[in-house]
Amino acid sequence: MSISREDIEKVAVLARIKVDEEQVSALEKDLGNILDLVDQLSAADTDSVEPMAHPLDAVQRLRPDEVTETNQRDAFQAIAPATEDGLYLVPKVIE
Amino acid sequence: MQWDIVIGLEIHVQLATRTKIFSGSSTAYGAEPNTQANAVDLAMPGTLPVPNENAFRYAVMFGLAVNAEIGRRSMFERKNYFYPDLPKGYQTTQLEQPIVGPGYVDVDLANGETKRIRIHHAHLEEDAGKSLHEDYHGMSGIDLNRAGTPLIEVVTEPDMNSAEEAVAFARKLHSLVTSLGICDGDMSQGSMRFDVNISLKPKGSDQLGTRTETKNLNSFRFMEQAIAHEVERQMDILEDGGRIVQETRLYNGDRDESRSMRTKEEANDYRYFPCPDLLPVVIDDDFIEDARSHLPELPDALKARFKEQYGLNDYDAGLLSGDAKLAAFFEEAAEHGKDAKLAANWIQGEFSARLKAEDKSVAESPISGAQLGDLVVRIADNTVSSAGAKKVFEALWTGENDNVDAIIDAKGLKQVSDTGALEAMVDEVLAGMPDQVAQYQNEEDPKKRKKMLGGFMGPLMKASKGQGNPKLFNEILVKKLGG
Repeated sequence: MSISREDIEKVAVLARIKVDEEQVSALEKDLGNILDLVDQLSAADTDSVEPMAHPLDAVQRLRPDEVTETNQRDAFQAIAPATEDGLYLVPKVIE
Repeated sequence: MQWDIVIGLEIHVQLATRTKIFSGSSTAYGAEPNTQANAVDLAMPGTLPVPNENAFRYAVMFGLAVNAEIGRRSMFERKNYFYPDLPKGYQTTQLEQPIVGPGYVDVDLANGETKRIRIHHAHLEEDAGKSLHEDYHGMSGIDLNRAGTPLIEVVTEPDMNSAEEAVAFARKLHSLVTSLGICDGDMSQGSMRFDVNISLKPKGSDQLGTRTETKNLNSFRFMEQAIAHEVERQMDILEDGGRIVQETRLYNGDRDESRSMRTKEEANDYRYFPCPDLLPVVIDDDFIEDARSHLPELPDALKARFKEQYGLNDYDAGLLSGDAKLAAFFEEAAEHGKDAKLAANWIQGEFSARLKAEDKSVAESPISGAQLGDLVVRIADNTVSSAGAKKVFEALWTGENDNVDAIIDAKGLKQVSDTGALEAMVDEVLAGMPDQVAQYQNEEDPKKRKKMLGGFMGPLMKASKGQGNPKLFNEILVKKLGG
């Protein structure tokens, strides 16, 4: 199983990771190896096995609908790169 | 060429829980930016989500109300996409095993028919924050108070064939979730948002055409306009021999125009996978029965009872049962007012008009159902004329006085129904209008005669200072004038 350069570039865009030319070649090899491993796993007959939702054999605990959090905006905004009027500022995302 | 319109809806319903779906942050609307956005909502490293029990309870109540199968074992997936108002970089949602399975809703249409719209499924997920794109030195401002607010996304089958059907279904769904009390239904605050999938196919064909999705419609009016707009757009393209591109579109209601947001080919690679932070949620019989015990009387049942118990017609019963608060108001007015039909008329007339004029909800009404009921009693027993009743209503509304009888006394609105006194007034008025009397008596056409009677009513109402019973005046007039 191999992965194309186009696939790697597409995944990089979706994940917002900048990947340069030499890295693409290295990733082609590494990701190809991982996919080969997945191929080996796919060879196992799993027809009679129920897909596993979670590795822990447990059930999710639910929480009562009560407010337990207080306003800690100042603490969170102290570590944000830019804030104004209580808003977090980010590079403009629409044209 | 003739076309069939095929419409399916996806509806985001904000659940009226006190806290978020995965954290104990408040969901109250209108707080200062980011004061309700805490470590879990901000996706701080090391935090873990813990699901809100009420979000599941509300989703199960919805499922029961739409006759759906409840997902006994439901799971969460991660839907990955990049946007700054989604701090985790993925939306936690349900894909493979949603909480609500296939169900249906029966919708009454204007032509008297009832149409069954199938629900494909409904799943639980979290809302995103809000991006403010006005200028912050060339940057965007992010408010994450809404991030993590629980939603159910309801997905229908493509069972609607006109804008009218889609809007009727949307209204029905609105009425359902507000009656259930699982959503405040305030569309102006985004509590319900509609995505509309539309495609056209040649009339009678069983092959569906390519569809487009128009996103984020937040009023019934915009939804109706957006559907009409998109149907016309697709029809123009198809009739010119073109091809519809599968894409997401945004509709601008103020301008009645739409634009492409993204085409399906270039985006929507969400790379779903099971969320490792959340275990499967198991819903047992006790949980379902508990949710069932919280179900109120639903709109369909309420409508049937209004027809049966109060003798309302289909239209009135449908209208009054569609909104839980309005229904409760009507019942209170009908119980106090004895005359349910008259109460229904006043609620749909004066009361609704006044609410609309002042942009108020039923809950914000300054008058109670009981007060309106008291007024209805006085209209029904002829104590006040309908003109007088409007003055009483006005005094109740402005809070001038809260007692119907006291207002009638204070304003002298008590109708004169003493026949002797009324006859004397008629005699006096007729004596002063000999020409009109002669004209009336020479007229042969009964329709014209009836119309001419109106000419005497003005002076009579004036003579009685507006207190004469118009119905009795009319009877006396006809008698005195000789038919």
